[in-house]
Amino acid sequence: MLHVESLTASIGGTPILNGLDLDIGSGEIHAIMGPNGSGKSTFAHALAGRDGYEIGGTVTLDGVDLLDLEPEARAAAGVFVGFQYPVEIPGVNNMYFLRTALNSVRRARGETEIGARDFLAVAQDAMDLVEMKQDFLHRAVNAGFSGGEKKRNEILQMAVMEPRLAVLDETDSGLDIDALRIVASGVNALRGPERSMIVITHYQRLLDYIKPDFVHVLVDGRIVESGDHTLALHLEDHGYADFVNHDLDDTPERPLSGAAR
Amino acid sequence: MSETLREIKELTDASYEYGFSTDLDTDIAPPGLTEDTVRLISAKKDEPEWLLAWRLKAFEAWKSMDEPDWAKLEIQPIDYQSLSYWAAPTQKPVLDSMDDVDPDIRDMFDKLGIPLHEQKMLSNVAVDAIVDSVSVTTTFKKTLAAAGVIFCSFSEAVQDHPDLVREHLGSVVPVRDNFFAALNSAVFSDGSFCYIPAGVRCPMELSTYFRINSQNTGQFERTLIIAEDDSHVSYLEGCTAPQRDENQLHAAVVELVAKDRSEIKYSTVQNWYPGDENGVGGIYNFVTKRGRAHTEAKISWTQVETGSAITWKYPSVILQGDRSVGEFYSVALSSKRQQADTGTKMIHIGADTTSSIISKGISAGHGQNTYRGLVKVLRSAKNARNYTQCDSLLLGSECGAHTIPYIEVKNPSAQVEHEASTSTVGEDQLYYCRQRGMTEEDAMSMIVNGFCREVFDELPMEFAVEAQRLLSVSLEGSVG
Repeated sequence: MLHVESLTASIGGTPILNGLDLDIGSGEIHAIMGPNGSGKSTFAHALAGRDGYEIGGTVTLDGVDLLDLEPEARAAAGVFVGFQYPVEIPGVNNMYFLRTALNSVRRARGETEIGARDFLAVAQDAMDLVEMKQDFLHRAVNAGFSGGEKKRNEILQMAVMEPRLAVLDETDSGLDIDALRIVASGVNALRGPERSMIVITHYQRLLDYIKPDFVHVLVDGRIVESGDHTLALHLEDHGYADFVNHDLDDTPERPLSGAAR
Repeated sequence: MSETLREIKELTDASYEYGFSTDLDTDIAPPGLTEDTVRLISAKKDEPEWLLAWRLKAFEAWKSMDEPDWAKLEIQPIDYQSLSYWAAPTQKPVLDSMDDVDPDIRDMFDKLGIPLHEQKMLSNVAVDAIVDSVSVTTTFKKTLAAAGVIFCSFSEAVQDHPDLVREHLGSVVPVRDNFFAALNSAVFSDGSFCYIPAGVRCPMELSTYFRINSQNTGQFERTLIIAEDDSHVSYLEGCTAPQRDENQLHAAVVELVAKDRSEIKYSTVQNWYPGDENGVGGIYNFVTKRGRAHTEAKISWTQVETGSAITWKYPSVILQGDRSVGEFYSVALSSKRQQADTGTKMIHIGADTTSSIISKGISAGHGQNTYRGLVKVLRSAKNARNYTQCDSLLLGSECGAHTIPYIEVKNPSAQVEHEASTSTVGEDQLYYCRQRGMTEEDAMSMIVNGFCREVFDELPMEFAVEAQRLLSVSLEGSVG
């Protein structure tokens, strides 16, 4: 379903991804683990089409070449990224944002737009999934949300958008154990034969809740090892030392900046 | 980054959709401003002697005054002798019904989305339509009269309700108040008049729609709203002008009188022609707006300023009565080469008076946006309170935002708060929205509208929708 071949990404001439290969079948969950600066978030942004990177290689989703598409067209093609640092959009009602997002991709796909009343039912189901209260819909997007609320909001958006490919970038970071459980059970409920997921994480902990079909180790912008979930357990015990044969490259990943923090 | 800047530029170089002009038969006075001009205007309007005397006093004052130069504005010199001070569509002066309105004028307002046929009107909004200097029609007069509300053109008020006009004209903005107010007082040609009797809640929104049509004319309207004790009125004004290469001067005066326990809510959506991206043409919008709030009265100004080449405007409240309340909610957008120096003055005189100020400035293109506000607490204003919040949003790197608050407190029991912020529409916000499927244009519009939310929430429903649309149009360009 997703085919990534020789993907490279650099910022201002500094290479971050150095020939990443990955194939994901329909319905599969792939975990990507790796040390700081290995290019995990950059991979998510490269899939989503963020500006500012020089990109090479091939990425296709169901045979469609994603790299030629604007970010919004990729969203319409079914790509969803759950961000590590979801941005705040003051004054924009969460429900309005969600409905605009859903209708934007529906329009792009030539589907009819969904009305306010029908949308409320969709949103209600999604809210139940992440155990959100009603007032959540009427607050501004992520504004004043706690870290846990922001991550739950990402999963809520994913539930509404029903993506073909969900990329969850460190969805577990900053979550306490209860929030982690809620987020993970939300993700699990959204598993399905037509939906694939890439779960990016530092820690094995998340994978106790979300069982991946495959685990990949990303080092220096390349996948250096792949296996089943036992690979994650190995990493938990031994760290990344086995896979890093020189000093860690300290190239920082590029978090969403500004209003996010 | 440069890609984003280019896109923002395209987004903000929108075209002006009200730029058409209508070919109306117009009665225009020759250019120039002398005492004779003032007399001509007064005579055209068949005014009583006291009003002519008042105008002449203002004209004398104006001659000795200078243009204000303290604003952060670059203004091309204005040749007051090259302007025409009287322009009126020639048609029957007295209108008995909407059918008497010149079809060309009706078409013009239809084109602007302001139908003058009462049956086609937005529900529950009465409109006074003003073209160039003259009121052409007022709708729903009968409904309003049944409630005792007077809503008519200023000229009619002078004829039909001279005592009310004489008592209140210049009572809030004296003729010598400032250069542009003095000029307006001398040469004002028409405007709206509104009177709400004691205890009456005006049964519908009142609205004035201003349209500049003629070339090389100044527009000088005068609006006077009087709310008697325990009354309530909500008043809206909208403005557009044709696209022309010359700058046109608009110097209006609005006076509000809010008697004890009354409330006046005054909303403006100003969309005069802003000029092109090189700064050619556009309206000079130099306006004096002020209200006097008596005991426990409340005056609330809400303005959405998206048009004009230059905006110089400080809707103010004199909080004279004890426990009176003043509010100012503003969105000002400066795009292309537009300049705005706008804000408010809250003058606390009575005890326990409160004021709040929410200002949202948006700068794009080469726009310059200044918030300038005065909070003045006099010695008599025991326990006065003010809260001020000024937020600026920058779109692109060639625009500017400035915040200049003045606070003068003479009574130590006062509490005055001021908060200010400046932000940009982040690439990360746009990216977030686009990842959720929205086009860049939709995302920009959503983010900017979100920024203005607190102010839009103060507008009546129809105007809020209009304001959002206007903002989107002002920001939209060749993208999408």
